[in-house]
Amino acid sequence: MSDLSSTPSAITAQTRPGQIALRWLLFCFLGLFALFYLLPLFVMVTTSLKSLEEIRSGSLVSLPREVTFDAWRTAWSGACTGIQCEGLRPYFWNSVLLAVPAVLISTFLGAANGYIIAQWHFRGANLIFSAMLFGCFIPFQVVLLPMARMLGLMGLAGSIPGLIFAHVIYGIGFTTLFFRNFYVTIPSDLVKAAKVDGAGFFRIFWSIFLPLSLPIIVVTVIWQFTQIWNDFLFGVSFSQAGTQPVTVALNNIVNSTTGVKEYNVDMAAAIIAGLPTLLVYVVAGKYFIRGLTAGSVKG
Amino acid sequence: MRAWLERQIPKMVLAPSFVAILIFVYGFIGWTAWISLTRSKLLPKYDLHGLIQYKRLLAAPRWDTAMDNLLLFGALFICIAMALGLLLAILLDQRIRVEGVLRTIYLYPMALSMIVTGTAWKWIMNPGLGIEAMVRGWGFEGFRFNWVIDPDMAIYAVVIAAVWQASGFVMALFLAGLRSVDGEIIKAAQIDGIPGWRIYTAIILPSMAPIFLSAFIVLAHLAIKSFDLVVALTGGGPGYATDLPATYMYAMAFSRGDIGQAASSAMVMMGVVFAIVVPYLYSELRAKHV
Amino acid sequence: MIPILDIRNLNKNYGAVQILKEVNVAIDPGDFLVLVGPSGCGKSTLLNCIAGLEPISGGSISISGRDMTQVSPKDRDIAMVFQSYALYPTMTVAKNITFGMKVRGIDAATQARKLAEVAQQLQIEPLLDRRPGQLSGGQRQRVAMGRALVRDPKLFLFDEPLSNLDAKLRVSMRSEIKKLHQNLGATMVYVTHDQIEAMTLATKIVVMKGGVVQQIGTPAEIYNHPANLFVADFMGSPAMNLIPARTQRAADGIQIEITRTEGAPIILQSPLTRDLPQDVILGLRPEDIAETGFRSGAAVQSAQCRIDLVEPAGADTFVVSELGGKQVTARLHAETKAQPGAMLDLAFDLAKVSFFAPDTGERLN
Repeated sequence: MSDLSSTPSAITAQTRPGQIALRWLLFCFLGLFALFYLLPLFVMVTTSLKSLEEIRSGSLVSLPREVTFDAWRTAWSGACTGIQCEGLRPYFWNSVLLAVPAVLISTFLGAANGYIIAQWHFRGANLIFSAMLFGCFIPFQVVLLPMARMLGLMGLAGSIPGLIFAHVIYGIGFTTLFFRNFYVTIPSDLVKAAKVDGAGFFRIFWSIFLPLSLPIIVVTVIWQFTQIWNDFLFGVSFSQAGTQPVTVALNNIVNSTTGVKEYNVDMAAAIIAGLPTLLVYVVAGKYFIRGLTAGSVKG
Repeated sequence: MRAWLERQIPKMVLAPSFVAILIFVYGFIGWTAWISLTRSKLLPKYDLHGLIQYKRLLAAPRWDTAMDNLLLFGALFICIAMALGLLLAILLDQRIRVEGVLRTIYLYPMALSMIVTGTAWKWIMNPGLGIEAMVRGWGFEGFRFNWVIDPDMAIYAVVIAAVWQASGFVMALFLAGLRSVDGEIIKAAQIDGIPGWRIYTAIILPSMAPIFLSAFIVLAHLAIKSFDLVVALTGGGPGYATDLPATYMYAMAFSRGDIGQAASSAMVMMGVVFAIVVPYLYSELRAKHV
Repeated sequence: MIPILDIRNLNKNYGAVQILKEVNVAIDPGDFLVLVGPSGCGKSTLLNCIAGLEPISGGSISISGRDMTQVSPKDRDIAMVFQSYALYPTMTVAKNITFGMKVRGIDAATQARKLAEVAQQLQIEPLLDRRPGQLSGGQRQRVAMGRALVRDPKLFLFDEPLSNLDAKLRVSMRSEIKKLHQNLGATMVYVTHDQIEAMTLATKIVVMKGGVVQQIGTPAEIYNHPANLFVADFMGSPAMNLIPARTQRAADGIQIEITRTEGAPIILQSPLTRDLPQDVILGLRPEDIAETGFRSGAAVQSAQCRIDLVEPAGADTFVVSELGGKQVTARLHAETKAQPGAMLDLAFDLAKVSFFAPDTGERLN
């Protein structure tokens, strides 16, 4: 390979035929792994398009002989999640009602907090930041019981606002971390110049920091949306029959003990539940990755 | 006066979040800790009775299984995910044209809910209609893959699904780390005649130590929180074979009406996370002050 | 005349550390004050205190006679140019310059007029619609100055504005700032660690070290009569020679003895009448040590010195000789015949000499 490369082509040997052979081996491995990762998606899609007899008579990976969308219809509006048989539709809507406000509120709070911690130094700011950071790492099991009680005391038990509340509270740690790490890279001279220009705390945030925050807002929104939409623990602990998010409903459909197991419906339901975050990932993948690595690779 | 007030504004804006964290994180942990020292069953009782809940926990065979599973699952999950992630990162580092596409493919599972993952893999590993049936259909009559219903093997099925979900993330971390190594050091090594694989083992991998640590922390954290995956894949079963502390806690809290046990199991989970994460955070924050 | 800036007994602590100790400085309108010193001497902190960006722990700062201790930066009638320019990255150059006016509620027509004035003055008209990211370092500098100019303040504050520029640009921007000062007649407070900038720009210099003011004076005073060893060594390039010597009262003045590792000590006579301690540090700038014959004056004394190093520098040639255990530099004409290893007759102009006490570093004459 060329001398300009900074990565050693470690897997390649020195001789030309050796190089080509190893290169093909490389592609083989990569291809196999790609199959490994794509298999479940492929199986989900094909199974959801088959009829139950085809599922029983065919093989796991065979393409549907006859494509039918019945399973999808059932999954959306007819599957049973316990006593109700309304499909995923109402629960999908619950997730939307839950995720959108929770993402917006937690992102906004994170932006304000990150701005303060990064640029307005006062005694204890770093201590407060560490305290909030620690909250990101706790297993939520340890706050599950008291939160359930608290929601009950606030009259929010089993309601969507209650779920929003829980997600916002426990999302603040992450969102603050993202924004603070971003705002810390902005020179403090900018704030000084603005102060000399006469701008105060809110003006500086609105006119100067927010306009340049687009990249981190996208990362944070994607991260929060993925976390909140995909959440199950809070959903199953703090909601009740009518207010459950789509993940809980999915689990109910799949693990319901009544009637015949409709695998195609299960798969269709799984795809429906996973589609929003999957789409976000496909469209804005690199921001998603940035969010994943933002907290972990402290650079 | 006015100047003083203006100086207080940042503190006032931060205060609600801080107070919220104080109450809902630290306060709640305190509450759970307190309850774990009481005889609470269905309703909380606040008289302290020492460590009886923890003694009950240690005596419960179900908890025993859960902790064993956590260790087994945790160790396997972390090791395999790290190895796989590292392998994929190294493979992808070889300047492939379709790297972007492959990265997308390897990482998309991380975007899915663990319930979706569990559901999909439960179907794939379905004994009668999944992989077992498929391979048998290819002619291998004696092939068995009924791990999901086999009490001894079920936990390994969970490992497979978890690795599938998280290894892409590890790969992304490692790939970023591989690429952040100073190109000049590598060129110097190449000029020195060091073979490619040796450059990896002697130069690149050792310089990635902090990233190994980050990956370990995140994976350990995921392992301890694993709740959704087990619920969707095996329901904790067959029986209690794939129980984890998280599922144990949930069962005690909401099905068994034994919040004393729920609280104590939650505190133990907290302790495990603590033991791993706190040294890491401490070293990170100290490094920043240097 | 009321000083336009009057700093009295200023103290600033950060926790247990004292960053500024008993600083007293006053300047008149039209002055160009330069705060100069090594990193960590507190000059930037002092500037921030003048601006009101940092609170003070003791003492007072007055601008135009008004006490500024409780006044926030925006009400101090100041403008500031930062080392990193601190231009608002998402705003155009025009918006950057008018932002302060907008915040203060000045009407659009006045904003436009002032913007046009300043843009023309600094020749940045073609840049008005660009973003800071699209400008070169020198252009950003000008926009930063434009933002300051448009405020028409009582005080202009500069925090190492040229440090981020390359050497050539730095020299040309330095002249621009000086021209601006002359044209506007404005009062400027300027922080730098570069003593050449200080010497060329200032009407008054404050030399600082460790939070303490070492000396306040005009460039000439600082250069010719440094108040202590630190100022003597820090200001001027090449640095002043600081040679340990012994003094003795003589009939008509002082006898100075400088030992050498090779050869007999040099004896010089100074007409100074004041009493000096026996051990002193003698300070003499390289240009005050010349080749004998090229310098005349009542106080000029010669001595034979062995030349260790000859450094031709174009218009001059610097030679180094060992005296009193130190490497002493002399500035000779470019046509000198000095050779390394040979002896040369050097003339020391003792009228320009500074004496310092070796223990306290304080000036003795």
